[in-house]
Amino acid sequence: MTQLTTLQKLEILSDAAKYDASCASSGTTKRDSVGGKGIGSTTSSGICHSYAPDGRCISLLKVLLTNFCSYDCVFCINRSSSNVQRARFSVEEVVALTLNFYKRNYIEGLFLSSGIIRSPDYTMGELVRVAEALRLDHDFRGYIHLKLIPSASQDLIDRAALFADRVSINVELPSETSLKRFAPEKQPLDIRSAMGGLKLKIDESVAERERSKRAPVFSPAGQSTQMIVGADEASDATILQHSAHLYGAYGLRRVYYSAFSPIPDSSKQLPLSEPPLMREHRLYQADWLTRFYGFEVDEILDAAPGGMLDLAVDPKLAWALRHRGRFPVDVNRADRELLLRIPGLGTRSVDRILAMRRFRSLRLEDVGRLVRSLRVLRQFIVTADWRPGAALDGERLKALLAPKPQQLALL
Amino acid sequence: MFVARLSHPADFEGWRSFARRFAQGSVAPSAIDWPVGDSDSGLFGEDVVAGGEDRALSVPRAFIALAQEVICHSDATRFDLLYRLLWRLQEERELLQIASDHDVHRAEALARSVRRDMHKMTAFVRFREVDDGQGGEAFVAWFEPEHHILEKVAAFFVERFTTMRWTILTPRGTLLWDGRELRLGEAATRAQAPTSDAMEEWWRTYYASIFNPARLKPKAMKAEMPVKYWRNLPEAELISPLIADAARRTQEMIMSAPTSPQKRWAAAPEPAAADLSAIESWEEAASAARSCRRCDLWCDATQTVFGEGPRSAPVVFVGEQPGDQEDLAGKPFIGPAGKVFDRAMADAGLDRTQAYVTNAVKHFKFQLRGKRRIHEKPNAGEVKACRFWLDLELGFVKPQLVVALGATALKALTGHAGSLTAARGRELALPDGTPLLATVHPSYLLRLPDEDAKEAETRRFIADLKQVGSLVPTLRLPKAA
Repeated sequence: MTQLTTLQKLEILSDAAKYDASCASSGTTKRDSVGGKGIGSTTSSGICHSYAPDGRCISLLKVLLTNFCSYDCVFCINRSSSNVQRARFSVEEVVALTLNFYKRNYIEGLFLSSGIIRSPDYTMGELVRVAEALRLDHDFRGYIHLKLIPSASQDLIDRAALFADRVSINVELPSETSLKRFAPEKQPLDIRSAMGGLKLKIDESVAERERSKRAPVFSPAGQSTQMIVGADEASDATILQHSAHLYGAYGLRRVYYSAFSPIPDSSKQLPLSEPPLMREHRLYQADWLTRFYGFEVDEILDAAPGGMLDLAVDPKLAWALRHRGRFPVDVNRADRELLLRIPGLGTRSVDRILAMRRFRSLRLEDVGRLVRSLRVLRQFIVTADWRPGAALDGERLKALLAPKPQQLALL
Repeated sequence: MFVARLSHPADFEGWRSFARRFAQGSVAPSAIDWPVGDSDSGLFGEDVVAGGEDRALSVPRAFIALAQEVICHSDATRFDLLYRLLWRLQEERELLQIASDHDVHRAEALARSVRRDMHKMTAFVRFREVDDGQGGEAFVAWFEPEHHILEKVAAFFVERFTTMRWTILTPRGTLLWDGRELRLGEAATRAQAPTSDAMEEWWRTYYASIFNPARLKPKAMKAEMPVKYWRNLPEAELISPLIADAARRTQEMIMSAPTSPQKRWAAAPEPAAADLSAIESWEEAASAARSCRRCDLWCDATQTVFGEGPRSAPVVFVGEQPGDQEDLAGKPFIGPAGKVFDRAMADAGLDRTQAYVTNAVKHFKFQLRGKRRIHEKPNAGEVKACRFWLDLELGFVKPQLVVALGATALKALTGHAGSLTAARGRELALPDGTPLLATVHPSYLLRLPDEDAKEAETRRFIADLKQVGSLVPTLRLPKAA
């Protein structure tokens, strides 16, 4: 086998990393390189330095340390039984790439993951070595996201979280049965206990930093995970219940949903079809509703056939259409909780309505200036000068409000 | 007409000083012209009126922040808009809260556009390495901002690339950082900027590889990375070819038959399930319990929380079930109730490290409420299912005494529901004859709302633990010399 150049490795190992949806660089401690020996800073909301034609943000250098892997997870391009070309970066190569990209303002930092070689501890140790070199040898103050290797020892996980802004460990699939079927070597118990241990550590570090600013920061941007959608038969209900559980038990910042996407060297066990992108989109919307809009998972799916979200309309509109009796809502009187339930009103608009109505009564025109569009919204609100016409029944209203199918395909 | 000449396009201090004087002199917004620099626009500045009584001016702090952003916009009417807002704010104190007001709405739109331009500049500046003549690294970028944001955005680059030497050339001016000091220079042209950088081939390789052709969404890309920026982005030349080829690549992946693994690859054998009937040691029991499925509690819990302590402990304490913290850590008695227990043990003169602690049920049972997991009492079936592990633990540790903490533990140990109040303080025994004591669970002490009751009950709990010490003196802490 001829020796691969670093450039060829970059091609192989970034291609291998692209199925992880996360690229966030937000929510960490504020840092800069003033007074330091190296470079790097962080911003509260993160920066997307580019966008690929798949619409995804490119914020970090997202690569694997190696795509050699002893595990055989069928959905994964890097599974041991795949015929994909293999490569392995040295620690120094990843460090140099990160710094060279960073200096040219291509990236916010590094998102490093890896196939599992030799043992979980060995692999985790190598990932930690990269982060350690960046932080200690180069005083790099940009963003680092490290993927945790399931079944790695708590010591190594702690060390990873000491250098990283965020750590994540993927639950991969919404149910244990599917995980067993598709990722036989991954131990769901190890994944859960790693998340549990991390939560305790992060909470502890937050408490310690309240006492002393010098206490070490532990994964300040928290932990996240990813679930693959559409590889198994799990319903949206199962997926969202599982997410609710993960948010509740482990205080995750984000659960990423990744529509199962065909891979070049595919396994027989999986659907060979276009990724269910609209389904993924609806899941994100539903996830958002539970995190910022006061919805419970059960409500979002209360009458959904087969536990699946409606693909034609967004879950908030779908809920409102099922509960026509609760509308129209008077934007001049309703409390925040109720305003957040109105389709077409976001958290920001709700806050502005609340600020504004202390001083004057809102007309439809006022509301129109605060939101992107009144098309859907006007059917659900009452203002000083507006009340929707004779209530349409749910189905006809839905037909009226649902986006046209062509638009749907474009999303 | 009054003329207020500002020294540069984002001259906030100049605007502020004019605006203050005009407003104090009650000069109406429509009567002011706001030229920038020494362009010939209108008459030369008539002096600002001294007439009219001086008005005391005040504006909310939010207005200053808004104005500092709006002033960076390239819209020619921005100074006028800001003065009108200042003017109106003197009468309409709450004006900024009225987000739908025409002027407020407009100002916020301008501010948003400025913030976006700044953000996009932090994102899309691309440095190219140049030879600084002394063998060191230096970087130069060419960027075309939409608004007058250079000064405002400079801090970002200084704080991020403090130890580098860099220059950002723009048609609106130049930022120069030599590693110590920031200078603002003249407007530049693209011709002054370097045309390539060796890393760009790497960056393009990365860009092409990280793209997933099966998820083509060019509209989403363009919304966040508008076409106007493309000409200064080295990766943008790949966009068209990547899009053009995406459908073919995806179809190819879908149509190509799944491949077979290479010959040298052999699937790892499935690990055999533990044989529960053949457990011969505490270690085997603890390991087998990790994958326990005897009831459904494992589904939502993080992990089995097995007992902990010396295998030769003279006393085994049995609680109800692990709580939130125990579930996360996989260790018993470490949460709030565990801390109460530790303190009470010390107060009773007992050596906590010599005790074996465990729970009647080994998985955390809870209800998810929002983002909190609320403890839920295990039911009789769960207690019964978990009895299997408790029996193994007692069998391997063989304590001289077992202490039931709370009613659930008592029920698990004796097999029948009895009143804890009736059992407390009495010398009971397990079916195999091992002595058994019953007392409250330490979490009971945490739940008491009344401070006096809490203190009295804590004393009682400590007294119960002292009784443990008198039954099993080896558990006592060595007396301080």
